[in-house]
Amino acid sequence: MAQPLNFVLNVAETPEDHGQEPSPYDESEVHDSFHQLIQEQSQWVAEEGLELQQREPGAGGPETSGSGQQALPGPEDALVHSTATLRILASMPSRTIGRSRGAVICQYYNRSVRLRRRVSRPELKGVGRSARPSLRLYDLELDPAALQEEEKRFLLVKELQGLPVAQRDHMLRGMPLGLAEKRCLREESQTPTGKQRGRQGPRGLFPCCGRLRDACVLALHSLGLGLLAGLHALRPWRYALKQIGGQFGSSVLSYFLFLKTLLAFNALLLLPLLAFIVGVQAAFPPPAPPGSAPSFTGLELLTGGGRFTHTVMYYGYYSNSTLNQPCAPPLAGGQCSREAAGLPYSMPLAYLFTVGLAFFITCITLVYSMSHSFGESYRVGSTSGVHAVTVFCSWDHKVTQRRASRLQHDNIRTHLKELLAEWQRRRGSRSACGRLRWVAVRGLVWLLSLGTTLGCTVAVYAFSELMIKSPVSAEQEGALLALPVVVCLLNLGAPYLFRCLAALERHDSPVLEVYVAVCRNLILKMVILGILCYHWLGRRVGALKDQCWENFVGQELYRLVVLDFIFVLLDTLFGELVWRLISEKQLKRREKPEFDIAGNVLELIYGQTLTWLGVLFSPLLPAIQIVKLLLVFYVKKTSLMANCQAPRRPWLASHMSTVFITLLCFPSFLGAAIFLCFAVWRVKPSSTCGPFRNLDSMYEAGKVWVRHLEEAGPRVSWLPWVHRYLVENTFPVYLVSALLLAVIYLHIQVVKGQRRVICLLKEQISNEGEDKVFLINKLHSVYERKERSSPVGTDASPGLSSPSRLELEGGQPGLPSARTHCCAVYPHRVDNL
Amino acid sequence: MGNKQTVFTHEQLETYQDCTFFTRKEIMRLFYRYQDLAPQLVPLDYTSCPDVKVPYELIGSMPELKDNPFRQRIAQVFSEDGDGHMTLDNFLDMFSVMSEMAPRDLKAYYAFKIYDFNNDGYICAWDLEQTVTKLTRGELSAEEVSLVCEKVLDEADGDHDGRLSLEDFQNMILRAPDFLSTFHIRI
Repeated sequence: MAQPLNFVLNVAETPEDHGQEPSPYDESEVHDSFHQLIQEQSQWVAEEGLELQQREPGAGGPETSGSGQQALPGPEDALVHSTATLRILASMPSRTIGRSRGAVICQYYNRSVRLRRRVSRPELKGVGRSARPSLRLYDLELDPAALQEEEKRFLLVKELQGLPVAQRDHMLRGMPLGLAEKRCLREESQTPTGKQRGRQGPRGLFPCCGRLRDACVLALHSLGLGLLAGLHALRPWRYALKQIGGQFGSSVLSYFLFLKTLLAFNALLLLPLLAFIVGVQAAFPPPAPPGSAPSFTGLELLTGGGRFTHTVMYYGYYSNSTLNQPCAPPLAGGQCSREAAGLPYSMPLAYLFTVGLAFFITCITLVYSMSHSFGESYRVGSTSGVHAVTVFCSWDHKVTQRRASRLQHDNIRTHLKELLAEWQRRRGSRSACGRLRWVAVRGLVWLLSLGTTLGCTVAVYAFSELMIKSPVSAEQEGALLALPVVVCLLNLGAPYLFRCLAALERHDSPVLEVYVAVCRNLILKMVILGILCYHWLGRRVGALKDQCWENFVGQELYRLVVLDFIFVLLDTLFGELVWRLISEKQLKRREKPEFDIAGNVLELIYGQTLTWLGVLFSPLLPAIQIVKLLLVFYVKKTSLMANCQAPRRPWLASHMSTVFITLLCFPSFLGAAIFLCFAVWRVKPSSTCGPFRNLDSMYEAGKVWVRHLEEAGPRVSWLPWVHRYLVENTFPVYLVSALLLAVIYLHIQVVKGQRRVICLLKEQISNEGEDKVFLINKLHSVYERKERSSPVGTDASPGLSSPSRLELEGGQPGLPSARTHCCAVYPHRVDNL
Repeated sequence: MGNKQTVFTHEQLETYQDCTFFTRKEIMRLFYRYQDLAPQLVPLDYTSCPDVKVPYELIGSMPELKDNPFRQRIAQVFSEDGDGHMTLDNFLDMFSVMSEMAPRDLKAYYAFKIYDFNNDGYICAWDLEQTVTKLTRGELSAEEVSLVCEKVLDEADGDHDGRLSLEDFQNMILRAPDFLSTFHIRI
């Protein structure tokens, strides 16, 4: 229909309109950015020739919005008129920005510009109240040029060209664009001249430092990713983990991932030990001890003694001299045998430093992974919003098996029902009697648990004293297994007892239940290990006066590790297989036992603690732990697939991973480090074996070396100076601690401030929403008034007009829907109306 | 395993490596998975960039997706025309975003699009109802479903306009540390 458009907008100049607020037709006065954006969009639409599509009301669903809040009155109520309102609404920035490709490109251009200029969000105080947060993010109103999409794209390509390759790739990968788009951007941003690092622009003070820092961070990040990728490339486990995740979900998978992490830690620990201690000593074996070596019986694998005693496995094998020493001047008449000229290698020093270095590296890695995990999983305000999180984040997309998928559906449904029930039920205050009973039950259970722990501790102590009093001869090595067996039995039995006790107290929250169980088990294990450490360092050293007590301690730890593995196997067999058979045959239940994630993880942590405790006395212990972990993986996986089902309660996988790593760091590694420090500083090494046999303490080897360096000359005099003033002096320790405390306090204050800012921003967003609703209402009422007063309802039938290339489909202006894809408002048209 | 493969040119593989989170080996492995879905349709030589789309029915029958209640939406979001039929680019894109290495923002963006059933740039109450129904396989009553949607909007809607915008969704995702581990498909 080629009728000329003669809409004449007779805005009723009603008195109330005058001067109070600007009319929406003076769009440019209302809000600059809206106007510009509308222009942008209108031109874009004019080029693309989009059509206004109408959706069925059923698909659109604004009518079905059951939310009790004040929904947008405009689109829903204006069924008959105000298509102009709808046109304006549909072209609002918020409707187009989230979707259009142009906006994504704009966003990334601005992001890269910000990266370059180091300008983060504009300050809150500088932003007027009327600025919408979404607009600010896209920087469109701050940018007066309001460029077209093509220009923005060109600018984005230029920005990408200026970045180093790694950063460009990183940015490309993170863009939510399709692969074809990314390919184009990548091609365009690869110039023949290569990366232009010399882009000068208004910069901060130290541009080179910024670049260097970026480069370092990226290098570390890619190194970390490379290591992780290497670990992920463990081909046989990739499929196994996928199977486990597919059948049991992320929660059970977290146990196996933790196992993989522990493997990595052990490998990290083993490498320096192999390279600097074991390898070297194996190349230069010490003279064999008098007497023949005992023959190999199978018992060595369990006790670690016998044939294994005088091997690289234990501390006693290592020599206390300097290996590869160039020959001393020959005594009178003697002939110096020619030895290969090599680096003199002081074994005691190497032993001390390597163990220290290995622990230091482990510490750094642990603290880093703990803080990384913490940063991922804990957020400000993460406890609220449980419904939204359940609806959007609880479906685990890894689950691929039909039965597991059905289980997930059931779990989510149950969880949602529980949440609704909890919300609907008025939590009446418990009566005083009920509260008392609640406290009494919990107090009793805790008392019983602690009592059990105490009982186990006393048992271990008594047994260890018994073992000291009745020394074991060389033939009865099997009797040495008694103490480890007792310890392992207690470690196995007490958690079952704790589980029974926990059934008495009914926790409301399953997560709390898990935390409490973890706490109790942890206390038990750590106390038992503490008693054992006292037994070794306090009593055994005295009891084995003239023998090699370090070897003995190393062998004890070996025994503990091996027997722990055997008991894990037995537990898996009896705990899971037999229970399943019983529950199926006898009790006729179809339910399989659940995989006890917390208990199994604590087992892993316990085993790792043993390894760390034993590294000083048995440098090959990490290798044994690696073998043990590999076997445990396959055993647990097989048992899981055959006998278990996924946990029924929802499990906060990422929180628990953080908790596991924290537990690994704090009681476990810290305890081992304290044990190591005590052994190195305070305990007199035995005089018959090992690299420290002539010294008063292991640390003295270092002191002797420093003294040696002092005499060596002025070239290395800084080292003794460092040693005297920084290591032996206590003042630097206080200083460093004070600094650390100050840094922690600062961070706490920063987090507090961020919380306040979040509250303020939430309020602002809410206010913006109200503003929007108000404006829409105003708009709607203005149009309504105009339509009521206009004699020719020409604007109510947009089908008559034929603006340049905008086609309005469908002759039902009365059923516009808020789900219009895109439409444009032509300001000049509006002026003509 | 050598570098001799005839499926892609060197340039193409480089591009895939730079634009997705996959390594060379993984890209080849994914290509063979794609090819297995429709061996007659997908040529073994992609050097000439053939325009091949695997229909949605085959994509939805992949073991990784067949029990996923959102598989149709996922395929629709990542396909070129929104109909679920995917080219190799779309396929790689989909698994790249759903892989472990994709950052939170990227995943949140696509998760938003997946849950936006009517593609209007907002998650309104109707979208939420669809989501909850799919999650629970229709086993919650209508009243319970609408109650849940109401609570979700209460919690996540920042500007109180009755629906969730991208920012609201991202803000809520930030509070869910499990999102990264659940919005992940292993392939």
